[in-house]
Amino acid sequence: MSQTPQQLDHAVTIFEKSKSGRRAFTPPAAEVPDRPITELIPERMLRVSPAKLPEVSEPEIVRHYTRISKRNFDLDSGFYPLGSCTMKHNPRLHERVAALPGNSRLHPLQDERRAQGALELMWNLQHALGEVAGLPHVSLQPSAGSHGELAGVLLTRAYHEDRGDRRTKVLTPDTAHGTNPATVTMCGYEVVKVGTNPDGGVDLDDLREKADDQVACLMLTNPNTLGLFDTNIEEIAEIVHGVGATLYYDGANLNAVMGISRPGDMGFDIVHFNLHKSFTQPHGGGGPGAGPIAVSERIEPYLPRPQVVRLEGNGGEQPTFTLDDDRPKSIGRLRGFQGNYGVFVRSYAYIRSLGAEGLREASELAVLNANYLLARLSEKGVVEYLPVAYDRVCMHEFVLSGAPMKRDLGIRTLDLAKRLLDHGYHPPTVYFPLLVDEALLIEPTETETKETLDAFADAIAEILVEAANDPSVAQAAPYSTPVRRLDEAGAAKQPVVRQPL
Amino acid sequence: MSSYTAATEQDIVEMLAKIGCDSIEDLFAAIPEGVRFDSRLDLPEGKPEQEVYAELKELSARNTSADDEVTFLGAGMYDHYVPSLIDALTSRAEFLTPYTPYQPEVSQGGLQVMFEYQTAISELTGLPVSNASLYEGPSAVGSAAYLAKLVNGRSRHLVSRGVHPHSRATLETLAVGNGTTVEEIPLKDGVTDIEALQAMLGDDVGAVILQQPNFLGSVEDIEQLTAAAKEHGALVIASCDPIPLGILQPPGEQGVDVVVGEGQTLGNRLDYGGPSFGFFAAAQEHIRKMPGRIAGETTDADGRRGWVLTLQTREQHIRREKATSNICTAQALNALAGVVYLAWLGRRGLVELGELLVRRTDFARSQLLALDGVTALHEQPVVREFAIQLDVPVAAVIERCQAEGVNPGFELGREYPEYPNGLLIALTERRGRADIDLLVEVLSSAITAERASRTAVAA
Amino acid sequence: MNDANYPEDLLYHAEHDWVRIDPDGEFATMGITWYAQDSLGEVVFFDAPEVGTMIAADDSYAEIESVKAVSEVIAPMSGEVIEVNSALESDAGVVNDDPYGEGWLVKVRLTAVEEKSGLMDSAAYEALLG
Repeated sequence: MSQTPQQLDHAVTIFEKSKSGRRAFTPPAAEVPDRPITELIPERMLRVSPAKLPEVSEPEIVRHYTRISKRNFDLDSGFYPLGSCTMKHNPRLHERVAALPGNSRLHPLQDERRAQGALELMWNLQHALGEVAGLPHVSLQPSAGSHGELAGVLLTRAYHEDRGDRRTKVLTPDTAHGTNPATVTMCGYEVVKVGTNPDGGVDLDDLREKADDQVACLMLTNPNTLGLFDTNIEEIAEIVHGVGATLYYDGANLNAVMGISRPGDMGFDIVHFNLHKSFTQPHGGGGPGAGPIAVSERIEPYLPRPQVVRLEGNGGEQPTFTLDDDRPKSIGRLRGFQGNYGVFVRSYAYIRSLGAEGLREASELAVLNANYLLARLSEKGVVEYLPVAYDRVCMHEFVLSGAPMKRDLGIRTLDLAKRLLDHGYHPPTVYFPLLVDEALLIEPTETETKETLDAFADAIAEILVEAANDPSVAQAAPYSTPVRRLDEAGAAKQPVVRQPL
Repeated sequence: MSSYTAATEQDIVEMLAKIGCDSIEDLFAAIPEGVRFDSRLDLPEGKPEQEVYAELKELSARNTSADDEVTFLGAGMYDHYVPSLIDALTSRAEFLTPYTPYQPEVSQGGLQVMFEYQTAISELTGLPVSNASLYEGPSAVGSAAYLAKLVNGRSRHLVSRGVHPHSRATLETLAVGNGTTVEEIPLKDGVTDIEALQAMLGDDVGAVILQQPNFLGSVEDIEQLTAAAKEHGALVIASCDPIPLGILQPPGEQGVDVVVGEGQTLGNRLDYGGPSFGFFAAAQEHIRKMPGRIAGETTDADGRRGWVLTLQTREQHIRREKATSNICTAQALNALAGVVYLAWLGRRGLVELGELLVRRTDFARSQLLALDGVTALHEQPVVREFAIQLDVPVAAVIERCQAEGVNPGFELGREYPEYPNGLLIALTERRGRADIDLLVEVLSSAITAERASRTAVAA
Repeated sequence: MNDANYPEDLLYHAEHDWVRIDPDGEFATMGITWYAQDSLGEVVFFDAPEVGTMIAADDSYAEIESVKAVSEVIAPMSGEVIEVNSALESDAGVVNDDPYGEGWLVKVRLTAVEEKSGLMDSAAYEALLG
């Protein structure tokens, strides 16, 4: 088989390109007395030999990273319908405003009076997120969704314990993201799973049975990881609040309901946002993100410190903004400084661009796109092999099951995903949620065109036809990518996690 | 309002027809009446791009950044020069816009960067295993303490008072959840008090947490402190500023088990505190207890070299409530900046930078200590930051200096009541001789002026 | 190992573990069945218990991992671990290749040999698998 130029290009690390004597950095002149370092720091505390960093020229660095960048698939180049990840367009205005020196070169310990623009932006973002959540108080500090969850469960704990109420368990649905149970353990609680009903929502009987006075919290995503809005949400809230527990909203799927339904109005006490999902912070190949939280009145006293607050000006003066560290009931700090401010700038720019109408429209079109793509994938030739797991109107994403495809065509969801790579698409999320056999979780987002969705549906139909003919093609796919299927077991058996030097 | 959507009215009609729905509203029929939001979000109206730009530019102009003053503020984040190639590379769509590398065949660029990053961190720390990065510094310290709990289950964690206040606060927050107690090892003469540590140690101590250089800028005797902790079988964690690691003995070679730290100084901007990255490296035996993503080398079906996310059974999406951490993201883009920065500095450059900082810091320290009204807060060796004491209130002096366009540093009393007169001063390669001379002059005048005003008030 | 097989000289636990009891009834070797290794996929790591650990019938005594799954290993009988298969440290894939031979997991000094009456023979185990 002929190979692409990228496939012929054997991967070499920057360390292997090192050649003694090459360099990029030129240090500035010291301009101070040239004292021997050993006079200033005891010799036994000093390195004997330098860290074996590469020795390379600047043009080589640029070429190396530019070249390897091309071995990535990215959102700007193609459709990326990764379920639960909200791969929507990343406006470049956001990069420009985040890079303004007043933002990018602002030291986090700058006197608050000299950081009023930053604090006002944070306060405004807090207000906007609180409005979207339908909850009045926001902390921007958590650095990712999982960090927001950690904050949320610690807040729950603080809330209960402040009333002398020691509880031991947290409920999570069996469809939950893995971060939910992992977080619960880190916060010293026991995980109790709640089942799913035939409609894809929380099994109310199971919930009633498990909700008791030892339950601190129920963590829920709504719409859930099946892309379905839980129609029993009011009853769920009633059951949970009835036993004195809090209701936690995992905001991973907020993109379906902005301005349409608010977690606070559903009865949630604590919500986390993924600014890298609904609010366009670029994913960066796996970070950075930010996971602010919004909470109800009763949770407010425990919010992390410091908290950005607005002080109204006296007698016609402008309001000022300050970092309030004096929060005696606070759970404390979750990280250094004020959070991922650069992410706040980008998400704030997004909210200012769209406004209330734009956010609502974004959610409406996200749901329209998902339902349209689902309709296209429910056509003859596809639906027989990839039926929707729960046959209801979906929200911003939906789950197909590849079980009939595996049985009748002999290709697994993994094979379909790999073959999609040859068609120039990033595959959907595969094998999640766990309770759907051979699951395929598809989230198109609102920023994709109808033409893109049509072409993607056509590609899936084409792969199924091909598989009916010869399943081995998909089974060995991909063929056109920089590398082909990788030996993951080999990597895990004898981990090589750094370049030997 | 701006919009990043594409559906035309005609598209919407066709799409609804295909779905078999009359209106977009019908798609939301599953949402019960009682939880629908029927009014309009209380947010200002959306604006076109140029107006949003103008608004955000105006807000940013109300901040005094390192562009606007000569700053010696550090205390955890430092104003290093970020070379232009970092902007160019991190703004490439291929690095900026992908998700976590779930499909390794089309993520080799990102995975290779992680592998190179892990190699660089391993070299800096002297430990064989690095993950692909965590959120940032203080939370990485928290993650390291959690690893200690997983490894030995002991409940007492001892943390030096020289560890960054935000790291200590984060440890306290997390301890509530993981069932540990955090106790502080006091400082003596600007470094961790080894005798106090020895008195506190016992077989119930799971971790001893240090910082290098410590918050006061002092180079700690990590080797000696580690040896003491190890006598009682405690895991030793060191939080490090990575730039000084270019010249200081790597903690991994001094017996430290886990080295973490704030990565901002490696090619990342100040960004008012984030995003940056936290690094996390450990001894080989802890590889299966590590938090976060790890890239590993392997081969493809045709024998080509490639990389994958490996040891995923540690992680939340597989092990769920038994995961080693709930973290599912790295700070991939910031870590990319980190490894590009280290390649740019290169093997000799990192040492040259470290030595430059030591010499300039020593010079600045001696010049300032020669001023009337300034005394040393400690006399320990330092790399890039040092603490002095003033005989007049620090906050007032800082205010006076800032009015002259110089930010002289961090008021230690904000975090250390025991040093009410302390001022913490940091240098980077961006602060040359002229800047140091200016600091000396401005600080000296500020002290004099402050004294005069106090005398005047007293009179 | 390609085809399912369940040797007749072993006893089986419903959690897909096997035990081979020495003739004198004092020692036994334990491992996971063909079915277990097949469901798990390529085994990459065996998190062995320490020698000297007391294990109890029906309780988990170790973990075994493939690339994307972790499985607890259940003890078919109680006893003290006297040896672990150190060959699995360098290549745990032996569990796939030879689950009843080279791919054994632990050797145990039995403390309650009568527990064997609660285990299945190969026919019963195969019937359980259906």
